[in-house]
Amino acid sequence: MARLTLDHVTKSFADFDAVKDVSIDVADGEFLAVLGPSGCGKTTLLRLVAGFEKVSAGEIRIGSDVVSNSGGSVAPEKRRVGIVFQNYALWPHMTVAENIGYSLKVAKLDKAVARRKVEDALALVNLQGLGDRRPANLSGGQRQRVALARCLVAAPSLVLFDEPLANLDVHLRASMEDEFAAFHKRSGTTIVYITHDQAEAMALADRIAVMDHGRLAQLATPRELYHEPANEMVASFISQGILLPADVLSAEEAGHCKVRVLETELVVRCRPGELPRAGAKICCRSADLEVSADSSGFDGLVKRVIYQGGAARIEFTPAAGPDLTLHFEQPDPVTLVSGAEARLRLKSGWLIPAAGPAS
Amino acid sequence: MPTRIRESRGQEMALTAAVAVVIVLLSLLPMLRLVKEIVAPGGTLSAIAIETGLRSPATWVATWHTLVVGIGGTLLAVLSGTLVAVLVSLTDIRGRSALVLCYVMPLMIAPQVTALAWLQLFGPASPFLKLFGAAPPLGTKNPLYSTSGIILLLGVQYGPLVFLLVRAGLRKLPRELVEAARAGGANWFTVLITIVLPLMTPSIMAASALAFVSCVGNFGIPAFLGIPANYLVLPTLIYQKLAGGGPAVLGETAFLSVLIGVIAMAGILAQEVMSRRRDYRISSTSLSAEPYELGRWRPVIQASLWLLILLVLVLPLFGLVLTSLVPGYGIALTAKTATLDNYRFVLFEHDAANRAFFNSFWLSIAAAFFAVIVAVPVGYLIAWGKQRWVRLLNLSVELPYALPGVVLAIASLLIFLRPIPFTGIQLYNTVWIILYAYLARFLVLALRPTISGYHQIDRALEEAAQVAGAGLFTRLRTIVFPLVAPAAIAGGLLIFMTALSELTVSALLWSSGSETIGVVMFSFEQGGDSNYAAAMSVITVAVTFVLMLVTNLLAPHLPSGVLPWRD
Repeated sequence: MARLTLDHVTKSFADFDAVKDVSIDVADGEFLAVLGPSGCGKTTLLRLVAGFEKVSAGEIRIGSDVVSNSGGSVAPEKRRVGIVFQNYALWPHMTVAENIGYSLKVAKLDKAVARRKVEDALALVNLQGLGDRRPANLSGGQRQRVALARCLVAAPSLVLFDEPLANLDVHLRASMEDEFAAFHKRSGTTIVYITHDQAEAMALADRIAVMDHGRLAQLATPRELYHEPANEMVASFISQGILLPADVLSAEEAGHCKVRVLETELVVRCRPGELPRAGAKICCRSADLEVSADSSGFDGLVKRVIYQGGAARIEFTPAAGPDLTLHFEQPDPVTLVSGAEARLRLKSGWLIPAAGPAS
Repeated sequence: MPTRIRESRGQEMALTAAVAVVIVLLSLLPMLRLVKEIVAPGGTLSAIAIETGLRSPATWVATWHTLVVGIGGTLLAVLSGTLVAVLVSLTDIRGRSALVLCYVMPLMIAPQVTALAWLQLFGPASPFLKLFGAAPPLGTKNPLYSTSGIILLLGVQYGPLVFLLVRAGLRKLPRELVEAARAGGANWFTVLITIVLPLMTPSIMAASALAFVSCVGNFGIPAFLGIPANYLVLPTLIYQKLAGGGPAVLGETAFLSVLIGVIAMAGILAQEVMSRRRDYRISSTSLSAEPYELGRWRPVIQASLWLLILLVLVLPLFGLVLTSLVPGYGIALTAKTATLDNYRFVLFEHDAANRAFFNSFWLSIAAAFFAVIVAVPVGYLIAWGKQRWVRLLNLSVELPYALPGVVLAIASLLIFLRPIPFTGIQLYNTVWIILYAYLARFLVLALRPTISGYHQIDRALEEAAQVAGAGLFTRLRTIVFPLVAPAAIAGGLLIFMTALSELTVSALLWSSGSETIGVVMFSFEQGGDSNYAAAMSVITVAVTFVLMLVTNLLAPHLPSGVLPWRD
């Protein structure tokens, strides 16, 4: 177990920066999820940490050892990291036990000791007695567990997960998620978990690093990402946040300030030290929207009503912002119909900080 | 200044260096040596070799003949191969796998065996024609001893080569393109002419270039059919010069072999230029088109295809077997005259034939074994390496096989005519020089399937071993080799089959004691002992068939396209 430090890491391929000036400090025993849309550089980040790619600039440290910088790169086989690959990468020509025991064999460990460790690893992932099977004869979930056991048996200082649940069906995902969480609790290993699935990242991680076009957009706890996104990308990416243009009317006071949004005034949460300014944006969640019961709020047109069982997803265009689309859920009984006029009300929101260094 | 990190890349450097040494020795050295002989014979720069070569009328006659049979054979191969490929791939014909297997078979049979089989079928001594009393009187000239005979057999030999490439192209044809044209009102034949064949231009061009190179470099067919008629092409001219003049004429033959190389390269360049004239790229990938329903034409077309198989495969082999059972030249085959004496003679009595079987077997095994061992690391660098020069690497391995065998044989002679420097080891006039040439020439046959094997393997399998702490050599041994082994070994078996009855290279490199099957077969035929030659041919063809069956067992573990005869 060790901490992992990425210090201003950049990786360029020809004329394209896959990872741009990323700094992350993962504490010993922390579970960090790296989240982002496809092509955001998260897989390159993992390959840099594992040593399959060399950094163009910056430095990567595992524990106190520098493993990558512009002066060179420690080979992946010398880094003592474990990886759970997206497609498991189990060797088809070996049995389950041979797969798990491979790193011990490579390290020339005593055979009896190795066998016991393999047995322990199999027990840890609930696969006792399947050691003689071939990977081809296992179910998807079982293969995932073998991959987990294989990476654990070498007692790596750091475990990297590369979208490990992407190939599993929804049902299996939930149970594997529980298993990963239990495994992290039990082993206390430092984990870097790559995923494009927000729910997965939220459920598992201590902190989430959101990546966008090679840059680190925000590094924060799941709660903070949801409630206090640092920029527009994170705000709209996490849980389909709604972005609305606003003018800040008052300076911050006790974590709140007054803004004008859609020609109405609203008190929103904000960072300390915010001052009045024009051209700001607020982020609100669909839960912050409701049908106005009185004269407060703003008028607009119901564009679509999509009934989803128990509730309907409403798409709404405010009269004050014909280019905007707000969406929210109206539980049964659904009263809104498409094409109708309606009046909505915003309950709250979050003032997105002025563009500056991400925190 | 960042801290210097101790990288442990020793094994990678060692592997790269070893591969580089092998490639230099097997590919670059022979080519460079040959070029040196042309531009600087005896060590000083001069144009003497070129001038002498150009002044000889025999050069021009042989070049003309080479072009005639090369272009004629290519045309025939492209026409027949493309036609069969279209019929087999795009229509609802039955028994497709069997057809493919039989049609591709001539490719697995050595050209001189094909030549011998056809000669036996149509000659005045033909036991087959004698069965019907239709043989021409003894002393009549065999009709195949002619330009058209050579062109016909080259077309038969390399039609399957065109077939394979065009069929591979047809399989990638997305069905939307065909369906869009049919929805636009075109009938099947119009679609074929206006959509399918134009889109297949790159495949057909590539196939033509390959067929041309093969026809131009072919030795077996013009040797068996042309030498008796004194119709010499460049490879047979080189053979005759060397057989008559020995090492003294090596410089002259070097010029001729470079001439063949230039002609072959011109064919490849022409293909490149033609293919670039229009955009033939197919962007989408999808299922292949529904087969065209031949309807009432199906039985007719099926019958004609099988008739073709009968003509190009069954009858010649049948004729070959009949000849091998006849006790002597011109004797009619009956239940009484049939004998296995020819087999007994070549297998047990004739010394050179005995040695030839022994030599060819171990040469083929050694070449196949070596190629498999080398193909795995070379393929690793080509398929998975990040270095830019690997494309060059691939090209240089392809070269000795792409160029006609004669070129490599002459280059080997030039390299080993004198003892190897510093060691005094003499390879000239030994069997080892043949082994060297086989290794250089056939390596690519194992490399190609190995590379396509690599492309099918998920690289993560190797990376998983790497994070488990395995160094490069450990990974190659425990992970990579077991995974690409089926493809590499299939390539090795292809090499064995090709090398077993190889003639082009060994005809120029053999010496007393180092005969190969091809060489002895050739000398039997030249000496008029067709029966012995036929017996040897039947044995090698039988061995090849058995090996094809054995190789089929590997088929489930192979990338498609590795075994040419598998549909």
